Amino acid sequence: MGEVIVITSGKGGVGKTTTTANIGTGLAALGYKVVLIDTDIGLRNLDVVMGLENRIVYDLVDVTQGHCRLKQALIKDKRFDGLFLLPAAQTKDKTAVNAEDMKKLCSELEKEFDYILIDCPAGIEQGFKNAIAGAQKAIIVTTPEVSAVRDADRIIGLLEANNLKSPRLIINRIRPDMVKRGDMMNIDDMLDILAIDLMGVVPDDEYIVVSTNKGEPAVLDMNSRAGQAYRNIARRITGEEVPLINLEYEDGLLNKLKRLLGLKG
Amino acid sequence: MIDFLKSILGREPAGSKNLAKERLRLVLVHDRATVSPHLLESLKEDLIKVISNYMEIDREALDVQLNRDDDSVALVANIPVLKMKRTYQDAQV
Repeated sequence: MGEVIVITSGKGGVGKTTTTANIGTGLAALGYKVVLIDTDIGLRNLDVVMGLENRIVYDLVDVTQGHCRLKQALIKDKRFDGLFLLPAAQTKDKTAVNAEDMKKLCSELEKEFDYILIDCPAGIEQGFKNAIAGAQKAIIVTTPEVSAVRDADRIIGLLEANNLKSPRLIINRIRPDMVKRGDMMNIDDMLDILAIDLMGVVPDDEYIVVSTNKGEPAVLDMNSRAGQAYRNIARRITGEEVPLINLEYEDGLLNKLKRLLGLKG
Repeated sequence: MIDFLKSILGREPAGSKNLAKERLRLVLVHDRATVSPHLLESLKEDLIKVISNYMEIDREALDVQLNRDDDSVALVANIPVLKMKRTYQDAQV
């Protein structure tokens, strides 16, 4: 039986879709059978982040409304045989799917896949309700900003009210330099405020933009620090204990040189 | 002068994260109190249970509210006491 995990945040733009794509690809790279579901109907994006936008024929709404069979709508990934995407519909709105549809869909997919990752839309309306309906576990993505943490707190409350207990937190786009000088909340600050368990910390990494440009998840790039963080998270999902990546690490020869020359403290 | 230099460097002495934490703390007290409307009801029930061990109170007139100001939230309870219980005092002696 597979595990259905919803990836949610409340606030938009904190990296839900990037997180879903990277964790999913990371799990597939570990050899698991994975399906990613984009539930952001009308604003689909997981397809472009995965680089699969040209392969879409059917979508989530086609499946729930019976226009096609589930298997027909699943798009196979370019890189991994065990990785599939169920894209959102782009031309319908969020009311085209309901919570019951999602429950049925998830229990169907559970039979076939080890992990079913659901990319939740921003907000707390119907799209959110749909996304969490069939989930057994939840991952909350936040960034070290007041607005994102506040929304994460609201989401935790809503998840608990919907019987999704003990969600786990991913802190995205942390900047060690800013944390060091006291201009950004650190990991403990956020865990303390939200009172939930940590799933992982992803450092701010401009390579994420490059990887999205290319449609290739950063998790596959061995030089990307965010990629390393996502690989760790994928392993933690499988139950492995993996220590947090060292955020203090100074990357690049250039920085080392600069420090040697006294240009950098 | 030092403050001036620091402001030029764009750095506050304490860093802005403490401000972020304090603002979050407050906003979440407000948010969490409004998220669950039945919170006050269940708090009321618990209060009645505990207080009834010590005194007889007027359940109907009991009033519990969260008062919100800009920078603080206070739990205000008005609980009319009908009778003090003697039994508890006796037990202590």
